[in-house]
Amino acid sequence: MKRILAAVLAILIFIVFALAFAKIPFGEKMSTYPNYTEPLLNSTSNMSLPQHYLTYGKKETGATNMVTAIVVDYRGFDTLGEVTVLFLAATGVGSLMYVEDKQRRRVRKSNAVVETGSKLLFGFIILFGGYIFIHGHLTPGGGFPGGAVIASAFLLLYLAYPKFHANHKRLNVSESLAGLTYVIVGLLGLVLAGYFLYNFLPFGIPTYLFSAGVIPVIYTAIGVKVGSELTGIVDAMMGVRE
Amino acid sequence: MTPYYYLGSLALIAIGIYIVIAKRNLIKIIIGLDIMDTGVNLLLISVGYVKGGTAPIENVPGPYVDPVPQALVLTAIVIGVSVMALALSIAIGIYKNTGTMELDELLEVKK
Repeated sequence: MKRILAAVLAILIFIVFALAFAKIPFGEKMSTYPNYTEPLLNSTSNMSLPQHYLTYGKKETGATNMVTAIVVDYRGFDTLGEVTVLFLAATGVGSLMYVEDKQRRRVRKSNAVVETGSKLLFGFIILFGGYIFIHGHLTPGGGFPGGAVIASAFLLLYLAYPKFHANHKRLNVSESLAGLTYVIVGLLGLVLAGYFLYNFLPFGIPTYLFSAGVIPVIYTAIGVKVGSELTGIVDAMMGVRE
Repeated sequence: MTPYYYLGSLALIAIGIYIVIAKRNLIKIIIGLDIMDTGVNLLLISVGYVKGGTAPIENVPGPYVDPVPQALVLTAIVIGVSVMALALSIAIGIYKNTGTMELDELLEVKK
């Protein structure tokens, strides 16, 4: 009975939203969007917000990856809040999973191929994760994917070695330092240019590694922070007894 | 006619709602929440599609897709992962304290 009701409700929601979305154009040019930027930026052009980002983004931020430019530069506050949410989740998991003596669950020892393979792969995965978040302003990726890749390297070690244990104090230190870097860069923008998270460094030449001002700095901080936070979550969840 | 991209992501959302209401196992409910999250992210991304558009990275020429929903989804994915991690650790805590993950039995324990 309950299942039938749930199915009816789900189908109703599906139909209502499908009818509503039938009116929303799919794959149309962006000029059909209303113009929001004009009163704000005093521009004479008749552009929608995404068109403004795509046209002037390179000039205004120095980044070639527009998603990165929006995430870190135009909408930096969103990312600060997002990092805060992830930090709170890591803290919450740590406090919920807290056990006095960290004894690992008894896991069967993995075989030699898995151990050696994961030992070899670990360095490569860390290198690739670092590459992703350092080149966040040039190529797809950025701080969050890079951090997740780094945490996956640690997850590999946790799965291959039953006795492996990341040092919690060092994880906390790197996490806090990375978060502090983000806020300090934002405050430097406030001091030097008058806006929090202002892009105050020189832009350099676009498509070069040292370009786009503060975006690589912030994304490196986010990468380290996300990597250590997700590793901390994995560590807290693997440390459960029984 | 609604495009297939919208229909697919709306179907994911509907499946998630069905799972959350109908299933009685905590892990299955969390899986339902995750499916719903994925559907919402897909919906957001497909709203920003432009026909023939490429990724908004200025090394490649051509019309670009809308970069704003991609930035929003980047945020939404991380928040979804955080919620999932918290929900899973709460589920583990409930199992350690009560020995069950079925909602009906948990209501019995409460009485």
